[in-house]
Amino acid sequence: MGSTPANIKALSFPQGGIHPPDSKLSSERAVRPITLPASIVLPLGQHIGAPSKPLVKPGDKVKTGQLLAEAAGFVSANLHSSVSGTVSKIDGVIDVSGYKKPAIFIDVQGDDWLDSIDRTPGILADISISSKDILQRITDAGLVGLGGATFPTHVKLAVPPGKKPPQILLINGVECEPYLTSDHRLMLEHPQEIMIGIRLLMKATGVSRAILGIETNKMDAIKLLTRYCDPKEGIQVQALKMQYPQGGERQLVKALIGKEIPPPPRGLPIDVGAVVINVATVFAVYEAVQKRKPLIERIVTVTGKSLKDPGNFRTRFGVTFDHLAALAGGVPDDTGKVTAGGPMMGRAFVDLSAPVTKGTSGIVFYPKDQSLRETLTNCIRCGKCVEVCPLGLEPYLVAALAEQGNWTRAEEEKLTNCCECSCCAYICPANRPLVDFIKLGKSRILDIMKKRQKV
Amino acid sequence: MNPVILYTLLTAGLIAAFAAIVLFFIARKFHVQEDPRIDEVTNALPGVNCGGCGQPGCRAFAELCVKSPDMEGLFCPVGGNDTMANVANLLGRTVQAKAPVVAVLRCNGSLTNRPKHSRYDGPQSCAVIHALSRGETGCQYGCLWCGDCVKACKFGAMTLDKESGLPIIDEARCVACGACVTACPRQLIQMRLKGPKNRRVFVSCVNKEKGNVAMKACRAACIGCSKCLKECPFEAITLQDSLAYIDDQKCKICRKCVLVCPTGAIHEVNFPPKPKTAETSTTTGT
Repeated sequence: MGSTPANIKALSFPQGGIHPPDSKLSSERAVRPITLPASIVLPLGQHIGAPSKPLVKPGDKVKTGQLLAEAAGFVSANLHSSVSGTVSKIDGVIDVSGYKKPAIFIDVQGDDWLDSIDRTPGILADISISSKDILQRITDAGLVGLGGATFPTHVKLAVPPGKKPPQILLINGVECEPYLTSDHRLMLEHPQEIMIGIRLLMKATGVSRAILGIETNKMDAIKLLTRYCDPKEGIQVQALKMQYPQGGERQLVKALIGKEIPPPPRGLPIDVGAVVINVATVFAVYEAVQKRKPLIERIVTVTGKSLKDPGNFRTRFGVTFDHLAALAGGVPDDTGKVTAGGPMMGRAFVDLSAPVTKGTSGIVFYPKDQSLRETLTNCIRCGKCVEVCPLGLEPYLVAALAEQGNWTRAEEEKLTNCCECSCCAYICPANRPLVDFIKLGKSRILDIMKKRQKV
Repeated sequence: MNPVILYTLLTAGLIAAFAAIVLFFIARKFHVQEDPRIDEVTNALPGVNCGGCGQPGCRAFAELCVKSPDMEGLFCPVGGNDTMANVANLLGRTVQAKAPVVAVLRCNGSLTNRPKHSRYDGPQSCAVIHALSRGETGCQYGCLWCGDCVKACKFGAMTLDKESGLPIIDEARCVACGACVTACPRQLIQMRLKGPKNRRVFVSCVNKEKGNVAMKACRAACIGCSKCLKECPFEAITLQDSLAYIDDQKCKICRKCVLVCPTGAIHEVNFPPKPKTAETSTTTGT
């Protein structure tokens, strides 16, 4: 842990980046199961794209793993029941965004799984099914990217029309976000399953090489996975320097294969022949294909400096945040802020009764003295934000343009390239709310671009 | 005369004469025949370039007026009926007078009516807060108290009230250009008919939650109890998603709905004070 041993060559992306304290409080804590609450809530839109269409109605009995809602369109995902019980209602629930979203409410009764799911502990290493079947099982299981962006996995694996098939699979085991340790624990506890998952994905996408990138603050995971991976199969584990945002898609591709993805919103990893998949998604692929288990749970880090018992929990979707907080020793008295996700890209929210969804990688409690923003002063054009921006933008400028509502100029300055990694806001000595305005500008400009396309 | 000065004057004069001839022909060749009426109409317009008509400025609107076959759908909200009558006169057309409208705020969520449950310390912009979260209160529909509408108003018709947190609209100054309507990320501002003697009645709430949830978030929310609906003799009130809406075209401002509203969500504006209605109007918070 910590500093990189001399014999390991760690790679990194060349431009920008910061070094926030990593605060991985729960990295030594093994994944724990959770107790099931009396009821759960499953929002229909847990992924990017169209919300799923519900197939059940109030009063229906459901089993764990049963399909509750089907994908509505290509960019969408199936949703399965994470518990067994009765559907009580289909209504709105306030999620971490603070807004009401449609959701399925289920009263939990026992834990009765579908018979088709293999719940035996054995590891199934034998890959006998065809690549088409692998993709079908991934689609059926409702898999989405578990790194946080929740992009449907089957869409990611499908080659878009007009693009060349990929040559390499990149696995994201970086977890550069401070505090979060769910991927770290997963790699330590399920190395074999992850390797099988990588082989499955290689078969599904037809690539012959795969690189698993891990930051050097997880030396134990690097060593363990290097032991399990077989270079003859084309799988390689690569150490990456501790530098935020190492786990950003663009940064990871640049660090691992030295290629630059064309600028957004069009540029995708497939343009440089790569497919990037999060390590937690790889594990979910293993479970979905080999064990026929749909995506109904994930590992969620519950952490914070004042939390009594921070840890990593194997959490069913739809469980509320306060249920998780209770398992980790209760919400600390001095809590001033809670974020879903880490401190850099996570989202502060108010209602702890919001449900855990497919995109929830962690929940962090901050003490009161770390909750408020520092005093805002004027921008002195020191250029620190420009130095740390991994995409080569001028954050002070694009943020100011967005603040003024000068969308034309902001678009010219490539505001939409921003990946919202928040390096600029972190480093700003004047505490400017750069990312807030850039996010606003991004949504406005993308709207304008869409309208222009229609015309 | 010094020959240097003489030659200088001569050469400069010749160049100027030559350039004048060239420019004369170029100007004739590239002359754009513009309808003189465009200038006339532009002069008849207020010239504030507010964009309330949907065009980028007054001249663009004048061009549109001249080009289009009739005055259908063309209206300058700042100039109002008089200006439009002038414009129509210039173009030799007739125009139908429009009932004047004014901006109204459909939110009762003052600082006293709507308790805060959290603290937001980011940029003071409604658009940013709206994109980020529900805001500091339990109402996901209500005013965010940051005054994007006030910043958008070019006529100084809006101010943020410190006591209630809500924007106040100065009816005398509001020209109904609609800039605030576009600026509000929650669509709280509506252009409504000014009404006879500037008197209006409207539901000052857009909360679509069921009664108990809405009430929890805001004391003066519309709870969808449908009392006003039953009381209205003119069928001007409709109820959808637990939210009442008064159609300003049908409303005859009898004010029966104002009396029965249990939360004071229905506002009456510019009526002379009446001892009977004083009780209900004190709870409305404006």
